[in-house]
Amino acid sequence: MLIPCPWCGDREDIEFKYGGAAQIAYPANPDSADDAAWARYVFFRPNPKGKMAERWVHSAGCRRWFNLVRDTVTHEITPTPAAEERR
Amino acid sequence: MIAEAIRRGALADYAERFTTLYETAGSSVSIRELPFLAQLNLRVDAGDTAVMGQVTDYLGFSLPLTPNTASQAGDRRALWLGPDEWLIVGPDDQATSLEQALRGGLGGAVGSVVDVSANRTVLEIRGSKGHDLLAHGVPIDLDPGAFGPGCCAQTLLAKAQVIIERRDEAPAFQLYIRSSFASYVADWLLDAARAL
Ligand SMILES: [Zn+2]
Repeated sequence: MLIPCPWCGDREDIEFKYGGAAQIAYPANPDSADDAAWARYVFFRPNPKGKMAERWVHSAGCRRWFNLVRDTVTHEITPTPAAEERR
Repeated sequence: MIAEAIRRGALADYAERFTTLYETAGSSVSIRELPFLAQLNLRVDAGDTAVMGQVTDYLGFSLPLTPNTASQAGDRRALWLGPDEWLIVGPDDQATSLEQALRGGLGGAVGSVVDVSANRTVLEIRGSKGHDLLAHGVPIDLDPGAFGPGCCAQTLLAKAQVIIERRDEAPAFQLYIRSSFASYVADWLLDAARAL
């Protein structure tokens, strides 16, 4: 399986490590967030059958983290705008 | 002088085995260690054109901005490692002068210069079958059409993280290998060379 590093281009998946779900928003008001809000931020993750926004790191290559959208059934990776993926 | 006398390359013990390979494989594939190269890790904001200009002035050539390419002037070279990270390589005796040049270029800007000369040793794979040898264990395409002169890449060689560079038109690759992985990689290469 080839994974598109936003810097290096397509590379074999053995060069990467998985970083879980992307777009997990930090509590907007951390001082006033209650236990339930913290639990939701720390422990709750999406587990869709289909497209999922994910974090990956090109650990054996340029060692940069990036975002991509992968289909958990087909492994098909949807192109992401550069400004979105290079974060 | 004493320090000079006891200094050994990470693969000094392999010189004889590399010679034996050369005697059997001839010019089709040869391996030799290029020990003690000066290597400096540079982090600087590539978007800061003023600092990048200063680094160019102090270094004498500009850093490559295209991912996985290298630039060079004389015996000094710069390999792209990341969007804000480079490996600057020079001859053995230039670690200090390179460090001073890079620090001068950085000035007071946010960034870092670290002498990492002892982190990696360099192996040169030379010959018409060098590409076939590496293809046994490297997941990227090293064909001249995809990986021509001036290309470099960080990848895996038989599970060990390496930087691979092709400097010019000659059929030769430079492998930057962490010293603690060097004997493993050398053993692997010598074994794979028997299958060529
Ligand atoms: Zn990369």
